[in-house]
Amino acid sequence: MNDSSLQAMAERFLSALQHCQLLQMRVAHADSDGMTLVMPWSPAIVGNPQTGAVHGGALTTLMDTTCGMATLCVLPRFEVCPTLDLRIDYMHAAVPGKPIYGHAQCYRVTRDVIFTRGTAYQDDPGQPICHVVGTFMRLGQEIKGGIRFGNSLKEGGA
Amino acid sequence: MIPEDVRQQLNAAHAVGDYGPLLALIPYAGLIGIECQRDGDDLLFRLPASQGNIGNPLLPAIHGGVIAGFMELSAALYLLIYSESASIPKIIDFSIDYLRAGHFRDTYAQCQLWRQGRRVTNVAITAWQADRQSPIATARAHFKIEPEKPLKSSGQPPSA
Repeated sequence: MNDSSLQAMAERFLSALQHCQLLQMRVAHADSDGMTLVMPWSPAIVGNPQTGAVHGGALTTLMDTTCGMATLCVLPRFEVCPTLDLRIDYMHAAVPGKPIYGHAQCYRVTRDVIFTRGTAYQDDPGQPICHVVGTFMRLGQEIKGGIRFGNSLKEGGA
Repeated sequence: MIPEDVRQQLNAAHAVGDYGPLLALIPYAGLIGIECQRDGDDLLFRLPASQGNIGNPLLPAIHGGVIAGFMELSAALYLLIYSESASIPKIIDFSIDYLRAGHFRDTYAQCQLWRQGRRVTNVAITAWQADRQSPIATARAHFKIEPEKPLKSSGQPPSA
């Protein structure tokens, strides 16, 4: 798959996830190396009103989605891949007012399982807000609604 | 530090078992719609089914990130109320295992404080929907807390 059709597929996938729409997440970049999503800062995702720091839940949602969508970069055809587990290590708080980027890649793909890792950052990818590792289960294409959903991503239909 | 008015709000909320005013202080709590109630001596957290929390549109299922956020926030609130931290507990790391899809229905969470050290606490969180015996996710988190009395500097010998 070329990078522009991967990016288009990623955008259609993300637009189908209601909670990600609520958080106004967008695809920043997608290629065979990995997936980058961006989530704008908003007062609604603040967890600590004293500091304006973003709640870990919003970061986890960004990174669960980014890691899950990184599977699109390595699979020849769309497969439903639910999260098996996820671990987040928090490096420092996000600065209020600045968008947050999530970047993830798949570092091992097996028949049943995909191992992903990634980071969330604001200005500098070298100063991540958090590190993430996540494992995803490959359910294949024979799952309920999977083929139809996969086709809709490919063709851009609803 | 926890401001005195927030500490008073906390104590008042816990005394009457009405955590609404406390949750209203946290924007993310309102975004996902978390609720909290007393359950004997324990706390029970509830995430009412909400369209805005849907991730996978096929099932439909609650977004895994929302389930994690709900559980992390439950643990933080639990610590605010049960630990003697002088500051708002700060998340260090969070690890979640997804056991079943979180369907479009109410989700519950309960916390267990496995270890409270002087600076770090370990909390386990279990989330379920219809059947408490069939959790949809288990998680554990470390939080940094601040002891009410400052720690002695490491240079000082412990008092006998």
